[in-house]
Amino acid sequence: MKIFVCIKQVPGVSEVKIDPKTNTLVREGIPSITNPYDKNAIELALSIKEELGAEIAAISMGPPQAEEVLREALAMGVDRAFLLTDKAFAGADTLATSYTLSLAIKKILKELKKDEKYIVICGSQAIDGDTGQVGPELAEELDIPQITYVQKFQIKGDKVIVERIFRTEEVVVIETNFPVLISVLSEINIPRNPTMSGIVDAYQKKEIHYLDAERLKADKAKIGLDGSMTQVWKIFIPERKGEHIILTGTIEEMVQNLCENLKEDKIL
Amino acid sequence: MSIRVDRDLCTGCGSCVEICLYNGVAMINDIAQITDDCNLCGACVDVCPVEAIVIEREELKAEKMDLTQYRGVWIIAEHFKNKIHNVVFQLLGKGRELADALKVNLSLVILGANFDDNLKEFSQYGADEIIYIKSSILKDYYSDLYVKTLTELIIEHKPEIILIGATPMGRDFAPRVAKRVNAGLTADCTGLTIDIESRNLLQTRPTFGGNIMATIKTPTSRPQMATVRPGIFKPLKKSKRKVIIKKIDYDYNQKDSVSKIVKIINREKKKINLEEAEIIITGGRGVGSKENFKLIEQLADCLNAEVGGSRVAVELNWIEQDHQVGQTGKTVSPKLYIACGISGAIQHIVGMQGSEIIVAINKDPKAPILKLAHYGIVGDLQKVIPELIKKIKKIRTEKEI
Repeated sequence: MKIFVCIKQVPGVSEVKIDPKTNTLVREGIPSITNPYDKNAIELALSIKEELGAEIAAISMGPPQAEEVLREALAMGVDRAFLLTDKAFAGADTLATSYTLSLAIKKILKELKKDEKYIVICGSQAIDGDTGQVGPELAEELDIPQITYVQKFQIKGDKVIVERIFRTEEVVVIETNFPVLISVLSEINIPRNPTMSGIVDAYQKKEIHYLDAERLKADKAKIGLDGSMTQVWKIFIPERKGEHIILTGTIEEMVQNLCENLKEDKIL
Repeated sequence: MSIRVDRDLCTGCGSCVEICLYNGVAMINDIAQITDDCNLCGACVDVCPVEAIVIEREELKAEKMDLTQYRGVWIIAEHFKNKIHNVVFQLLGKGRELADALKVNLSLVILGANFDDNLKEFSQYGADEIIYIKSSILKDYYSDLYVKTLTELIIEHKPEIILIGATPMGRDFAPRVAKRVNAGLTADCTGLTIDIESRNLLQTRPTFGGNIMATIKTPTSRPQMATVRPGIFKPLKKSKRKVIIKKIDYDYNQKDSVSKIVKIINREKKKINLEEAEIIITGGRGVGSKENFKLIEQLADCLNAEVGGSRVAVELNWIEQDHQVGQTGKTVSPKLYIACGISGAIQHIVGMQGSEIIVAINKDPKAPILKLAHYGIVGDLQKVIPELIKKIKKIRTEKEI
């Protein structure tokens, strides 16, 4: 069996702050991390490998420094790592991203032996863009079924059985065939930390394969900014609405003042 | 496709460097220069006061789409246990406004099984047309059947705009439909307007955890698809309208889907609905203990409000996960939001900044939430809240007299 795990390098979002005086971004010292949900995806792949045997390929699209997240994946135990990096990929929306990822997967799938199965695992969303769109779009591009928001996963013979959560009131148990793409929730497992020897291997024994637009034989009209249907038209820092009053006085006075204001605002 | 700076026009003001999220532009000898980190997001193009930065897109070889063939605004319904999700009515409200601006019809599309008796009621929320695809298997959600059916409908009817709730279910089928019909899809929109001249939908969404807003458009293709978070837009008041109802029977059966629903496990349904609440009282780390959290509940009781919690409050088990407000919890937009003992981490603010009036009670005068709040009280919430409860009760009794 082959398992593909798609991972993304994201900024540690909580660190992105706005300077209140200039209303601009404070960028210093924003660390880059592996998207947390993608670590759950890696962990699931590793646990499947441990139970049934499999070869795991981690794939990421991004600038050259996204190599870091692939090294981390290698250190956790994935077998191969592919970085899709090319200036021509810049500015990609989710449609262009899913197309590019699918090319890499299709390229590796040529190695698939007869009757060998495969699955694709993604995190349910990235914490920077928060769209959750690449998974389903990738499944469509590969023409395989998808199950999103998975909190439990099991392989029984030729079948995949998962628990999908769309709402707190309901868990839906779904059975499907190989191949399949699933996107996982953080509830599915606790990602392992790389071991010391894992880290050494990741840097010394294992290598990262670089793939650019040419090696992927990408259609130029489908990648990067040119392949994106959506365009960012404007980026802005939202202004805070209304006035901001810090109430003063004794507790009684402050509460009195608050209630009067809320009455004026027709809330009370 | 390329980005370049016109060196003659650039004044070296540095606005581009400030707005760039990726360190994609730097000042070299007082002239802006694009670096290797540029992500072509276009933020600098927009902010440059002298239009010195331009992004050039190559003319695509692919044939240009005839956008004029596409007309109308569609809302795709989500339902659960025979009940239509509230976000659908909210989208109908917004959809009406967009359809009026474009002078086109607004359609509600339902894929379901048991809605024959409800169509009359649904027709009161602003739609001009209801397309009801009926098949017994569609009482449940099948990803592939939704995608297949919707794609066929879109190809046949050619709507220019399609709005879908940004719920897990909407986020499951919308991207796949978008890919199949090759449409642009913008996730989690919080603002939607029309540029009348181009008929483009301007889709505004938070990015980078809500600190930054991006407005997205899909100028060269149709349909324009967007998912919208529940609780952002308001439904219209019910009114009688003339609505065309198109009911079409499909004879789908289990074999038509590649996946099989083995079983559905029902979990306890909590009676909480933060997304719809008019008033929410939320407690965070500053509340101090599970015992103290009762104060929050008492304040909520006397205001007939829902209780929310920050991530920390949930992690400390002071309140259950269903009540969590923020990036990993619910996005809320009540008329009144009272944050008690919440410092205001970005992840929390993302989930509540749409509230009409924000009140913050915090003993730390430097807490970021006080900068966001319309009314801030710096003080010990254990003293402030009882006083507030007393006062509100007094106002309520005065009103009754």
